[in-house]
Amino acid sequence: MPRRSLLATAALAAVPLAVLGAFFLYPVAGMIGRGFWPDGSFDPGSVLEVLGRDRVHRVLWFTVWTAGLATLLAVVLGVPVAFALHRIRFRGQGFLRTLIVVPFVMPTVVAGVAFRQLIASSGPLGGLHLDGTPTAIVAALVFFNVSVVVRTVGSFWEGLDRRTEEAAAALGAPPLRVFATITLPALFPVIASAASVVFLFCSTSFGIVLTLGGLRYANVETEIYQLTTQELDLQAAAALSVLQIVVITGLLAFSYRVRRNAPAVSRAAGRLRRPGLHDVPVLVWSAVVIGLLVTPLLTLAHGSLRVDGRWSLDNYRALQTTGDDNALLVTATSALVRSFEVAVQAAGLALVLGTLVAFLVSRRPRSRWTRRASGLFDGIFMLPLGVSAVTLGFGFLITLDSPPLDLRTSSLLLPIAQAMVALPLVVRTVAPVLASIDPRQREAAASLGAGPLRVALTVDVPHAWRALVAATGFAFAVSLGEFGATSFLARDDAPTLPVVIFRLIGRPGAENFGMALAGSVVLAIATGVAMLLVDKVRAGAVGAF
Amino acid sequence: MRTRTRSSLLATGALVLAVLAAGCGSSTDDKPLAADELRGSTIVVASHDSWAMSDDVMAKFTEQTGIKVKIATNGDAGALTNKLVLTKDDPIADGVYGIDNTFATRAIDEDVLTQYAPLVSPAAIAPFRLEGQTKSFLTPVDYSDVCFNVDDAWFAENKVTPPATLDDLVLPKYKGLTVVPGASTSSPGLAFLLATIGAYGEDGWKGYWQKLLDNEVKIDAGWSDAYEVDFSAGGGKGDRPIVLSYSSSPPFTIPEGGTKPTTSALLDTCFRQVEYAGVLKGAKNPIGMQKFIDFMIGDDFQAALPDNMFVYPVNTAIKLPAGWAEYAPTAKKPISVPAADITKNRTAWLRDWRDLTTR
Repeated sequence: MPRRSLLATAALAAVPLAVLGAFFLYPVAGMIGRGFWPDGSFDPGSVLEVLGRDRVHRVLWFTVWTAGLATLLAVVLGVPVAFALHRIRFRGQGFLRTLIVVPFVMPTVVAGVAFRQLIASSGPLGGLHLDGTPTAIVAALVFFNVSVVVRTVGSFWEGLDRRTEEAAAALGAPPLRVFATITLPALFPVIASAASVVFLFCSTSFGIVLTLGGLRYANVETEIYQLTTQELDLQAAAALSVLQIVVITGLLAFSYRVRRNAPAVSRAAGRLRRPGLHDVPVLVWSAVVIGLLVTPLLTLAHGSLRVDGRWSLDNYRALQTTGDDNALLVTATSALVRSFEVAVQAAGLALVLGTLVAFLVSRRPRSRWTRRASGLFDGIFMLPLGVSAVTLGFGFLITLDSPPLDLRTSSLLLPIAQAMVALPLVVRTVAPVLASIDPRQREAAASLGAGPLRVALTVDVPHAWRALVAATGFAFAVSLGEFGATSFLARDDAPTLPVVIFRLIGRPGAENFGMALAGSVVLAIATGVAMLLVDKVRAGAVGAF
Repeated sequence: MRTRTRSSLLATGALVLAVLAAGCGSSTDDKPLAADELRGSTIVVASHDSWAMSDDVMAKFTEQTGIKVKIATNGDAGALTNKLVLTKDDPIADGVYGIDNTFATRAIDEDVLTQYAPLVSPAAIAPFRLEGQTKSFLTPVDYSDVCFNVDDAWFAENKVTPPATLDDLVLPKYKGLTVVPGASTSSPGLAFLLATIGAYGEDGWKGYWQKLLDNEVKIDAGWSDAYEVDFSAGGGKGDRPIVLSYSSSPPFTIPEGGTKPTTSALLDTCFRQVEYAGVLKGAKNPIGMQKFIDFMIGDDFQAALPDNMFVYPVNTAIKLPAGWAEYAPTAKKPISVPAADITKNRTAWLRDWRDLTTR
């Protein structure tokens, strides 16, 4: 390997690493450090003592079983939908593909309220007595994460070579047998990878457990929040954070391993066929699942259009005001504008960093050592997926307070924090596409005298531009709805829409609540439109992991 | 091989630096602004998420003093206090508004504040002051009473007499009718826990909570979940006619075209929360913040409090808005717990409470 190109690689790697180091690793390390060095002296004993507490065991067990069950359900519900949306062709399919992603990018707080309205004893599903039960929490977790399974598995399935299946069918194997012996084994790595990511999202969910768990139930994430914000028990919070990071690292390693064994995505998707009679069960199943996903969204929309028991657009008109009795410091519409600004900045930053990372991890490693390094590099950038937003938010406060990183009061802090959250999603969208480029094309270009930059421009970019556009849109949508990290940063007089919605929910008066619902619908539509545009580019695997 | 290690060295170097740098932080000390530099200066006031104040009132302050005010909201009263404790070496603001009596002594014990007592302060404020040594660190600005609210319309319709006291809530006829926000996740919830401790004592409160739980009380995460989803007179038209809220909530339930609210507050179940303002230690503009505290206990700000933040001004001589005097009276004898006891026992009480309620 020529020395120059290695130096260039190192330089390229240094940029995203430095940013991640400054805005993610450093704040998180600072917060955890406070736990391990309570009065300036190293005291790991008291941290370990925390892990022996009964309550911690209960919280851990609850986290594991809810996330496990939700993951299982998301896979069982999602795989048939992936087939329906990615293997057969019918009208309105594109719209449905987009629709199922909306829950994933919704602010959890908003979805939590929508869910509670649905299952509260006075709501449409009140008869099931789900409110305040673990069932409700699991249902909401599934609601949020089904799309991850559908998109991840679907985009892979689309490009799966059909000839083996066709051969088996021609030899007389019934469809189920074909599925069990050929398709499922081929899909297994992707399903496992999607499942591990879903488990990760479920085990670190914050807003859902906080709003739906009442107080009976706490997971590791809400417990860290409790310990940090209310009790200032930094040692216990640090213990749980470290535990979380260890578990997540294990999960990511597992996900990386199974992903690596999966064949590369073929970008030439086969022609989708029209549905036949034997597809009816799958289609019915998918219709039911999509129906379940849409119900909370419809409850939200319905609530936003009702004022005093009649249909009205007043809640939407109210968005131009600061709410009943000046509930807000700014109008909801200006908050929406601010959300857009932040989302554009965050998406831009996430795109630049994410592309660099994706470019580096998608290079075919030449030796075991570089493969290891590449895997580690990849993994580090996945970490923001699973580190407590509370830890990050508080970490910002105690670490970014001196030059050159005196950003606590800077308006850039919010886009930077959100970019950290969106970064893993960008990497996961772009990397598979770059990895699927035949290295011989690059080699041919290089042997014809093109420099590395020229190779990237003439080979990588034409292949990957769709994925780049899509990743940007996705990062934009995620940032638009991001609430966790945002809510822990000191907010000045320019809040984003999710923050405004949360504030409205917390104020008395039916007008404010209606306005919160209307704001949520606007947000859901904005994220939906962003995703729709992304899908129009036909980029393939957006929202796939 | 050598070159390979170089790139990995770079990567690990970045990580090591990050971890090392996290262990030590230094801040540059700016000199605080002097009194003659105030015009045109800015103060940053850390507050909780419920901060709201009309632009006219804030403009008045800037007009009088030439000082601009920037508000930074930081979660609820607990999160706000703890953030200030965490960042006390390099404060995020010049002053704070919104620390209440459940967190006041923690902020003072942790050495977050400097002493300041306004020279001119209305006599009516005196009873709201903190006790003894701690008095001069925080100035009371407003207060609110956390009380149970009942949906009178529901009780009339179902021909049930509404409850009146904390004891009533555990009676079988009110089984499954009550919803409260949790003590560990919301400030009214914590106030209610303290009310039960104040009413039933250190030994009796757990027994009372056990009875409440047996009577199927519902515990939500926050005030909004309780009031806007489960309460029968809230936005979500829930099915529980008894909710923990504020004595100032009823006027919000006056129907369109009606004159009377459909709910009322139970004034024998109240815990009083007082909110304070103070100057942070290490503030860049301490004198500006002192001036703002003077302004907060002045008539303009005090009169605007009820409409903006649904709280009562500490200057009880100020006239309340229409409807408040009639439908949002305050408690005659609120239940109280000494601030120092709260700070000493808060964590233990909350843990006991959590273990009791999250079986």
